Amino acid sequence: MNALRQTSPWAVAGKYLALALYVAFALFPLYWLAKIAVTPDKLIFSEGTALVPSRFTFENFQTVLLQTDFVAYFRNSLIVSLGTAAITTMIAAAAGYAFSRFDFRGKRLIIALMLITQMFPLLMIIAPIYKIVATLGLLNSLTSLIIVYTAFNIPFATFLMQSFFDGIPKDLEEAGMIDGCTRFEALRKIVLPLTLPGLGATLGFIFTAAWSELLFALMLINSNDAMTFPVGLLTFVSKFSVDWGQMMAAGVLALVPSCLFFIFIQRYLVQGLTTGAVKG
Amino acid sequence: MTAQADNAPGDNRARGSFYLRYMVEPYLYLSPAVIVIALVMLVPLVIGISYAFQAVNLLRPFQTGWVGFENFQALWSDRKFWLALTNTFWWTLGSITFQFFLGLGLALLLNTRFHGKRLVQALVFLPWAVPTFLSALTWAWLFNPTIGPLPHWLAALGILSEPFNILGDPNLAMWGPITANVWFGIPFFAITLLAALQSIPGELYEAAEIDGASAWQMFTKITLPFLAPMIAITVMLRTIWIANFADLIFVMTGGGPANSTQILSTYIFTTAFRKLDFGYASAIAVALLGLLLIYAAVLLVLRRKLVKI
Repeated sequence: MNALRQTSPWAVAGKYLALALYVAFALFPLYWLAKIAVTPDKLIFSEGTALVPSRFTFENFQTVLLQTDFVAYFRNSLIVSLGTAAITTMIAAAAGYAFSRFDFRGKRLIIALMLITQMFPLLMIIAPIYKIVATLGLLNSLTSLIIVYTAFNIPFATFLMQSFFDGIPKDLEEAGMIDGCTRFEALRKIVLPLTLPGLGATLGFIFTAAWSELLFALMLINSNDAMTFPVGLLTFVSKFSVDWGQMMAAGVLALVPSCLFFIFIQRYLVQGLTTGAVKG
Repeated sequence: MTAQADNAPGDNRARGSFYLRYMVEPYLYLSPAVIVIALVMLVPLVIGISYAFQAVNLLRPFQTGWVGFENFQALWSDRKFWLALTNTFWWTLGSITFQFFLGLGLALLLNTRFHGKRLVQALVFLPWAVPTFLSALTWAWLFNPTIGPLPHWLAALGILSEPFNILGDPNLAMWGPITANVWFGIPFFAITLLAALQSIPGELYEAAEIDGASAWQMFTKITLPFLAPMIAITVMLRTIWIANFADLIFVMTGGGPANSTQILSTYIFTTAFRKLDFGYASAIAVALLGLLLIYAAVLLVLRRKLVKI
């Protein structure tokens, strides 16, 4: 497959060194986050730049979980992200299927509209969305966030699902339809089981995107009960900006769900994009 | 419908079901997506553009109405706007350059054979999964001399005279968010470029090797030409995306100190969020959209002139 010749041992050493630098650069900030989170409060300043703390503690995590509202923020974020991921994936799977299997009038127009939504500054609609949501009385509700995030993520998820459907031979469902299934039955019984990895990857992408969103959540949520994790963490940071250990412990907790999903999807990443690129 | 007639079986009933199957059925699958996008994105987009020509300030609820180009006139004489425009340029250029070259390097490395490849690939792609607000906070903390090591290291290397927080220095502050953005963006370029690299047929390299081509020749004569279309499209889309990307700067510096990291998108957000001046925020957004459209158009024209195939 790849024919770059690595003959000289210096070249090999250089390659491993470069890879090590990339890995170090990628991991260092996260390591530091975790390090401060497990450093006892007393040592944070005296061991400021030491790479490894001399003592570990899980006190910060305990405080964050038991004495702050982060459990509630976590739950809110989980509701919003799971809701967004589930609804978006369903809608996008249907749309992606239509793009993959049908040639119809208006297809190019709809694709163009979806591309436009990816190009303009999203902040452009933050003011109108705020006014509409306020008029509907949905400020401070998680429902409004789910609806808004769903819309933001549908175009990308649709193109992703389309590339997964494109990878499944048409003959399979046509055979099913000749055997007397309707198209929908063929979709449900033959195509969907084959697309499960694709559906999983899409769910993961959307979950991560919804979990990270900050600016619209800041705008639409200001009551403490409905805050998502990013908004809660930012509020916490501006209020208690000296509780370094606790802030970082909260940060580590925010990292957990995205990383779980990432580990799950990462092996589909290059694979999925490669099939898409070959189609290109 | 007539166009499809020759494909369809002759009788009318079949043609009717053909019509149903190929003209109506796709819309059954598409309608939820189209409806949600139209209601939540396209309608607000139109309203947003109309706000640019109105006075809409939630703090002054009785002074509303159409004002023509007043917002844009105010924008033209707004020193902060021009400063934010310059900052947007440097922010985007700095971020995209480092992201692209480091991402390309990583993709080339990952496209070779080595031990522990799966693990390395998972680890170097990890920053991409970190929520942006968290990347921003983490890097802000790393640059903070009380708990972060970076100022001390930079001082030890002689880059800084003493360990201070560069996020508080108007001349250096922009490097903070740019570093965070590069960290966060390398995996994106690496993933897309790696996918493109893997789709280059291996026979080309084998043939080149038989002809005695050097590694550098193979890179410039095979790899780069194959990657070029992918590079062009990802760089263009990424530039637009970065220019619009406000989260990192908003969390790390809030646009400060003294607006030295204020870019157009953070200016839009702070105007809408802090001042609740939706009319003015929309005017800035329309200006940004216009600039991005001009950028995309110039790039597409250039591409058509340069690539004559």
